[in-house]
Amino acid sequence: MLEVSNLACSRGEHRLFSGLSFNLHLGQIMQVQGVNGSGKTSLLRTLCGFLMPDEGDIVWRGESIRELDEDYYAEMLYLGHLNAIKDELSALENLRISAGLSGIKLEEKEAIAALRRMGLRGREKLPTKVLSQGQRRRVALARLLVSDAKLWILDEPLTALDVGAVALIQELIAEHLAQQGMVIFTTHQPLHVAGVEMRTLSLS
Amino acid sequence: MAINWFKYSAPTTFYGLAGKMIPWFAFSAAILFAIGLYIGFFVAPTDAQQGEFYRIMFIHVPASILSMFLYLIMAGYAALGLIFNTRLSAMMATAIAPTGALFALISLWTGALWGKPMWGTWWLWDARLTSELILLFLYLGFIALHASIDDPRRADRAAALLAIVGSVNVPIIYFSVKWWNTLHQGSTIKFSGTTMHIAMQQAMFTMLAACWLYAIAVVLVRVRSIILERERNTTWIADLPEVKQ
Amino acid sequence: MKKSTMLDLLVLVIRRDLVLAMRRRADVLATLIFFVMVVSLFPLGVGPELDMLRKMAAGVLWVAALLASMLSLGRLFSADYLDGTLEQMMLAPQSLSMLVLGKMTAHWMVSGLPLVLLAPVLGLQFDMSARALGVLIVGLLLGTPILSMVGAIGAALTLGLRGGGVLLSLLVLPLCIPVLIFGTGAVEAVSSGLSVASHLSLLGALLVLALVFTPWVTAQALRISME
Repeated sequence: MLEVSNLACSRGEHRLFSGLSFNLHLGQIMQVQGVNGSGKTSLLRTLCGFLMPDEGDIVWRGESIRELDEDYYAEMLYLGHLNAIKDELSALENLRISAGLSGIKLEEKEAIAALRRMGLRGREKLPTKVLSQGQRRRVALARLLVSDAKLWILDEPLTALDVGAVALIQELIAEHLAQQGMVIFTTHQPLHVAGVEMRTLSLS
Repeated sequence: MAINWFKYSAPTTFYGLAGKMIPWFAFSAAILFAIGLYIGFFVAPTDAQQGEFYRIMFIHVPASILSMFLYLIMAGYAALGLIFNTRLSAMMATAIAPTGALFALISLWTGALWGKPMWGTWWLWDARLTSELILLFLYLGFIALHASIDDPRRADRAAALLAIVGSVNVPIIYFSVKWWNTLHQGSTIKFSGTTMHIAMQQAMFTMLAACWLYAIAVVLVRVRSIILERERNTTWIADLPEVKQ
Repeated sequence: MKKSTMLDLLVLVIRRDLVLAMRRRADVLATLIFFVMVVSLFPLGVGPELDMLRKMAAGVLWVAALLASMLSLGRLFSADYLDGTLEQMMLAPQSLSMLVLGKMTAHWMVSGLPLVLLAPVLGLQFDMSARALGVLIVGLLLGTPILSMVGAIGAALTLGLRGGGVLLSLLVLPLCIPVLIFGTGAVEAVSSGLSVASHLSLLGALLVLALVFTPWVTAQALRISME
């Protein structure tokens, strides 16, 4: 499904990695490992098409993502360091807008159900500026529940989350993989998904 | 025999080629300037209406022409760099900008110097002077945008897009300024009636050619320093004789 | 779950930006107050003779509108850039140009349209005739969207740069000169008894050109700035 071949990427004059190749198939999960500054985030951002690779190609369903553009974006979901939520909007509004941006019309009922599953019961209509850091991350992660994307690209999804939320994310990932989804992620905290083989990719 | 044009679009080969060409352009520019100024000052006759003042046209007109052409050439290189992702094109665009801005400034300056005796004022909102001023603003915007972005690749691409947008705008601006000028019945520079003395033409064209050669020489020098700066960490730079010592 | 169309997305972005603007009313009001102040400063600077003020009115209002819209352009993409929303917009399964068009429209509704509505009141301070006022408003209606659209290119190019605000004005103001010329020219034409239609139709042509090209160019600029 996702084929990366001979990828090279640099920031400024510094070459982060080169000659990187891997495949990811349906139902597979892969962790990108490496020390700080080894290019984990840059790799994920390259997979999103934000960064142009110096060399190499990224192919989705047999076509380069540069050619596919919007068709590729319809099938992927990216969650970066930034939560992409607005302080002035409520959790509910934030979720409905971010779902809308990814092409899904979300009814209020569906959105509330998703937020409740993320443990935000009673806070759905509060402006997000009064929520804690962890709660805001949960609002951002609620997108995982309402998305129908095949490929999830998650950059440090577990930051600021408590034990309960980490367990919930692991559960969500397991469900996604069971439905033939694919996940690429980075993390500095341990993340265990029951019943699947965890592939790793080391950047050095 | 097929010539590989792309060979010279690589900074590695272009650096050496430019180095060889610079003295030729610089030397011929100096000679043509000398000839042009001699004809302009001593051979060309005094103008019946404008007296000696018209002689400033020999530098004003070439400077104006160059400032406009250089903007288009700069935008052309910028477009090439953006479309084909060639490093050298972006470097050329960056190297042209200061020279273009300089010519725009010279054109404004000499225009003002000419205006004082002819119109009795240093500055008149004449259509051509105003367009030239806006062109200078466009150059300055390009330079400022390029200078304030740290990442050279983003700087090249962002400035290139700006140059293209600017070049699409130049005809619109020029037309609108002309329109505005006729609406307000302002005066327009009319150069010395219709007949130009043959020596005047010679001086004008010699100066124009000299300006072109000067511009090419300076741009090549500048592009060489940009190449040195950008590629300073590569091995071929380290192997250059002028770097080694 | 329902899939959304291109139009849905456009409406979504416009509504979102309008809601955000309503919740940060102070920013919007500051731009308006700036506009009113700049316009009111001119009579203090050049003297209260009505003859001169009447002549200057269109130019003063247009230049003030130009400056006011520069002031608010800095925020067009920067908030979304800083909190990561812009990344999500670039990953939307519809063309980025459409989203950009939505943001331009919202920007105009928040910072261009109020200026148009305020202009007649300010025009009265300058003793403009009713017909001149009418032409001024039509001109501003056609011209202020162009300012938002051309300005968006500059805002996208200067995204995340230090001193972005000043730089933005440096890039955008020269590009807006034709709008200024035709906008003020139309009002001038009223007082000198010439045809107004030619100026306004040229403004209209510029608006169409801007509508066709600027969203795409801005989208490209955003992609460059996000690298």
